[in-house]
Amino acid sequence: MQNMKKQRLIRLLFSYALLIFMTTIIVYPLLWTVGASFNPGNSLVSTSIIPANPTLDHYKELFAGKDSLQYVQWYMNSLKISLFTMLGTIISVSFTAYAFSRFRFKGRKNALTLFLLLQMIPQFSALIALFVLAQILGMMNSHWLLILLYIGGLIPMNTYLMKGYMDSIPIDLDESARIDGASNTRIFLQIIMPLSKPMVAVVAMNGFTGPLGDFILSSTILRTPESYTLPIGLYNLVNEVMGASYTTFAAGAILISIPIALIFILLQKNFVSGLTAGGTKG
Amino acid sequence: MQHHKKALLLSIVPGLGQFYNKQWVKGLLFFLASVSFFIAFKDLLNMGLWGIVTLGTEVPRDNSVFLLAQGIIAILVLGFGLAVYYANLRDAYRNGKLRDDNQALHTLKDDYQNLIGQGYPYLISGPSLFVLIFAVVFPILFSFALAFTNYDLYHSPPANLVDWVGLQTFSEIFTVDIWRSTFFDVLAWTVVWTLVASALQVSLGILLAIVVNQKDMRFKRFFRTILVLPWAVPGFVTILIFAGLFNDSFGAINNDILAAFGIDPIPWLTNASWSKLALILMQGWLGFPYIFLVTTGVLQSIPDDLYEAATVDGASIWAKFKNITLPMILIAMAPIIITQFTFNFNNFNIIYLFNGGGPAVPGSTAGGTDILVSWIYKLTMQSSQYSLAAALTILLSVFVITIALWQFRRTNSFKEGA
Repeated sequence: MQNMKKQRLIRLLFSYALLIFMTTIIVYPLLWTVGASFNPGNSLVSTSIIPANPTLDHYKELFAGKDSLQYVQWYMNSLKISLFTMLGTIISVSFTAYAFSRFRFKGRKNALTLFLLLQMIPQFSALIALFVLAQILGMMNSHWLLILLYIGGLIPMNTYLMKGYMDSIPIDLDESARIDGASNTRIFLQIIMPLSKPMVAVVAMNGFTGPLGDFILSSTILRTPESYTLPIGLYNLVNEVMGASYTTFAAGAILISIPIALIFILLQKNFVSGLTAGGTKG
Repeated sequence: MQHHKKALLLSIVPGLGQFYNKQWVKGLLFFLASVSFFIAFKDLLNMGLWGIVTLGTEVPRDNSVFLLAQGIIAILVLGFGLAVYYANLRDAYRNGKLRDDNQALHTLKDDYQNLIGQGYPYLISGPSLFVLIFAVVFPILFSFALAFTNYDLYHSPPANLVDWVGLQTFSEIFTVDIWRSTFFDVLAWTVVWTLVASALQVSLGILLAIVVNQKDMRFKRFFRTILVLPWAVPGFVTILIFAGLFNDSFGAINNDILAAFGIDPIPWLTNASWSKLALILMQGWLGFPYIFLVTTGVLQSIPDDLYEAATVDGASIWAKFKNITLPMILIAMAPIIITQFTFNFNNFNIIYLFNGGGPAVPGSTAGGTDILVSWIYKLTMQSSQYSLAAALTILLSVFVITIALWQFRRTNSFKEGA
């Protein structure tokens, strides 16, 4: 008995030690960024997590509306692109997944294989093509073209996830509704969609964060500072003069990270059930 | 002659077959559709098909790259047209057959009902498919086509024409010394990177999930929230933050942490080996929360009676872990783990945003930490070697698809066996 107790103590000790170590590793870079954003001056040489003379200058600079630093504009651009990509992805993916999950039609197998292959080829390996496409269409700097490209890129993988989830909803539900005279669209809207909520949450998250994580497509198509998204704008800020605007970048990074992290943590529960199901059904 | 043969022959001109079957409205629809198809796309088809064969003959009138793009669009449009044409032939043939068998023809209303019923899946997935063709399939076809041309800085419109050169670019990857050595260096690091970084993030995620979900742990909610943070903060932000932290001269890792232990500054950004280490550690940091979350979900779905039964049988903690927990996790998560590998194989952002794939390697177009995708990006955007980039894209796609298909097949058979 004594031995068991000792074992348990050691196990818990190690567990907490590991978790505290991980907590430090995770929190340190984030706090460091917060600290940097309040540090006076542009360089990081004298940066400390708790600045001696904290200043709000860098935050003010973000909103000063300089030509090379149109932070508010970039923020709105990113928000707009993410929101529309999310909406478009949810709509197109759920309809397509419904078709694949509930109907047996000609070409279904081939289309599924095509989707599987397409999700493995990174979309941006076709960079030159997208560049040429934008030029032919006269849509350089167009956010709508970018949104369309994002939606297209998100369709294959998310359709797979969604189809897998819909497959797990018993088909008896559809059939009894059909006997009651419900149409296909009605079954979709009133039975399948509400039951697929956890996976819709996952798809929504993918749709929203996809554009925020993209650097290549957007930097290929968006060439003027006022059309930039946050990733391009902030990247340029860091790389303009090596490290010179790092503190301003830190301020800008915090203003985008905090709202997104909050939404994530609040909605976390909804993703997890979807993700777990998606993993097992694939 | 039988009706179905006649109808089929007549509908070589779209609509005539339907007229022959006395289906006036449908015939008219098919006829009008094909006429308008030709009027609308006549120029595109003519120009595109000519363009894709010749890639232009005259400078500066012809822009080879635009011609190639138009050619591919023309082929896609033509494919669509042929599909409608096929539907027209089949419809005439079928109705002819019905007449041969003295059966009633489908009325327009029947056809409409039929279209709504049978066509429903096409109708709802059509728009997505269109977006997919426009945004994904077309660009991929285009860059695959580029691999067989000589499009580079010296053969670049509008000043010069681009020509078809067949497999020359592919053979040059393996015969030109500098390309071959770069290719194999990059490929080797890509494989190492994919394996090590994915293994790190997967094992870290699983380990932490098991640790946090132990029955007698406290502050579970707190730790869960903290551990999800790296996933919650947008990835590009974190990578740029790390680029600052790891900076050789002003980064906090050299100046604060290592200095506190009395270790000399480490050239994280300028020495390839240290860069690689930093990248792998960062990907571990960025990637584990996702695995952590999913594993947590799996762990909570394992029924308690399994453990209780094992305890009754006198199993140790380790035995329970080895025989219950781990197999459950691995079976449930196999597909997710595979996607981690494909994700890292194509993980452009971390490589490029951290130090641009650097440090630069003398005499090579790829930096010391470039993986295939970031090398392709550089070839395209910096050294304008488009056809080489396109050929590499094909090789990369073949590589990823082969491995992924093989893996999926294995896990599927694994699942069926279990």
